[in-house]
Amino acid sequence: MIQVRELSKLYGKKQVVENVTVDIQRGQITSFIGPNGAGKSTLLSMVSRLLDADTGEVLIDSTNTKKMKSNELSKRVSILKQSNFMNVRLTIRELVSFGRFPYSKGRLNDEDEKMVDQAIAYMDLAEMEHAYLDELSGGQRQRAFIAMVIAQDTDYVLLDEPLNNLDMKHSVQIMKILRRLVDELGKTVIIVLHDINFASVYSDRIVALKNGRVVKDGPTEEIIQSAALKEIYDMDIPIQQMNNCRICVYFNS
Amino acid sequence: MKKRYLIPALFILSVISLFVGVSSISPLDLLDFQSEETQIFLISRLPRLVAILLAGAGMSMAGLIMQQLSRNKFVSPTTAGTLDATRLGILVSMLMFANASMIEKMAVAFVFALAGTFLFMQILNRIKFKDAIFIPLVGLMFGNILSSITTFFAYRADVIQNMSAWLQGDFSMVMKGSYELLYISVPVFIIAYLYANRFTVAGMGEDFSKNLGLKYRSIVNIGLTLVALITATVVLTVGVIPFLGLIIPNIVSIFKGDHLQKTLPHTAMLGAIFLLLCDILGRVLIYPYEISISLMVGVIGSFIFLFLLFRRKAYA
Ligand SMILES: Nc1ncnc2c1ncn2[C@@H]1O[C@H](COP(=O)(O)OP(=O)(O)OP(=O)(O)O)[C@@H](O)[C@H]1O
Ligand SMILES: [Mg+2]
Repeated sequence: MIQVRELSKLYGKKQVVENVTVDIQRGQITSFIGPNGAGKSTLLSMVSRLLDADTGEVLIDSTNTKKMKSNELSKRVSILKQSNFMNVRLTIRELVSFGRFPYSKGRLNDEDEKMVDQAIAYMDLAEMEHAYLDELSGGQRQRAFIAMVIAQDTDYVLLDEPLNNLDMKHSVQIMKILRRLVDELGKTVIIVLHDINFASVYSDRIVALKNGRVVKDGPTEEIIQSAALKEIYDMDIPIQQMNNCRICVYFNS
Repeated sequence: MKKRYLIPALFILSVISLFVGVSSISPLDLLDFQSEETQIFLISRLPRLVAILLAGAGMSMAGLIMQQLSRNKFVSPTTAGTLDATRLGILVSMLMFANASMIEKMAVAFVFALAGTFLFMQILNRIKFKDAIFIPLVGLMFGNILSSITTFFAYRADVIQNMSAWLQGDFSMVMKGSYELLYISVPVFIIAYLYANRFTVAGMGEDFSKNLGLKYRSIVNIGLTLVALITATVVLTVGVIPFLGLIIPNIVSIFKGDHLQKTLPHTAMLGAIFLLLCDILGRVLIYPYEISISLMVGVIGSFIFLFLLFRRKAYA
């Protein structure tokens, strides 16, 4: 379990994340939703220790992340940031292999190679594994980064808007893969999503942020309600039940 | 760009380099150990070859490490003020210690090379406008400022004559006893290779490195220290060799990508080959005179640099 305790972050005088306390259960997909600038990325960065919090603490399976060695942490928690622009010329396979860096420091053994193969296959990238990243489309590159995080094989996987740049087919494919990671391999996935319908269909829990605060936190069915969404987005969003899915019809709200 | 081609090329050029020169030496002469030819061979030709190989490999690797850590393809000892800082360091060592020993010069030059490179990286961090072309221009300006300071104080202290030896790279003065400092770069090469994977990860940014549990800051510091060590030894023993650290890593990157563990050996070899080729050309073009290596590399290198710039534009 990840326990976030009274986490705050100040940029100048602006309180970007304010006293956030949430528990993230093991073996679930927890979606973070909320308007632009709500502080979702900042919160995720602090949880994964990319960014130092001003106050508060994060416990991972009851251990304070500040007390963990960075190499240890990198075997427990992985994060994929919102934008991964880089002009480094690596092939997909080389990039995914770096997911094994916390374990192998670059000298991959057979097991590492197997994990890399698996991650590449998971992301449907096998036939282009030797293509250079700078020669891929945005969506293909995004999938390569997700494959790297899968190869990192951590208990907790944090993804900041991983569906950016992806077409419908691949968005669905990735959400299904995340579901499998959780259901079959027992991973815990924390994901920032803007499309609330993906959050509705695939997540177990939803945490909504607004102006740096948690405004809603609960099981998916409780959050995907017109009243709750009104509070989060200031929009009247009708909800339709379709084949066991609760779909938010927000296009003309 | 395969090792299969690079290694034979390196070998053939090395042999040519050993037997090209004002006094003709044939391999048969070497059988007589006492002959004058053998003496020239051992005192001048062989040291020259070793110096070229080490300097060529070293400057290219230094450039590659800098490009990776700064995440900019156009950053190199030439375009980040490292070379100019090193020369300022040599001047300071000459002013501080009368008749400075090689080790004293080395120490001061190293400190300056390191400080200059760090300063540039600090400037880089401050710049909001991270255009690939703009940054090396800032580096060149920074280098020019350091260079003017050097020239100013060198005039005042009347050591401009002595300084000019370090202004231009020149292998014709390399002899037994004057180049051995370059061997410092051999362990540096080995360390660089051992850190190759870490440099590659660091090249993907601070957050990316942290996610993989890498101590980003200390890797950058180690990389820049290696760069400063290589630059200081090369400038002190053979002088400034411009452009090498810029063009060689870029050429290798086009063909082999940026996975340093795979490209570092190629970069080192291609650097040595390119420098050898320039040196041999410089020696035969106006035989029996010599065109200085920095002029040769400067002319050929700046053309290749321009080509790389335009190629980049075509892609963008
Ligand atoms: N480095 C920074 N310096 C100053 N302000 C920042 C910095 N990073 C983020 N902010 C501010 O913090 C607030 C929250 O940013 P954050 O990136 O966490 O939002 P978000 O919820 O991820 O938004 P989005 O949905 O657009 O990705 C924003 O108002 C942003 O302007
Ligand atoms: Mg964000």
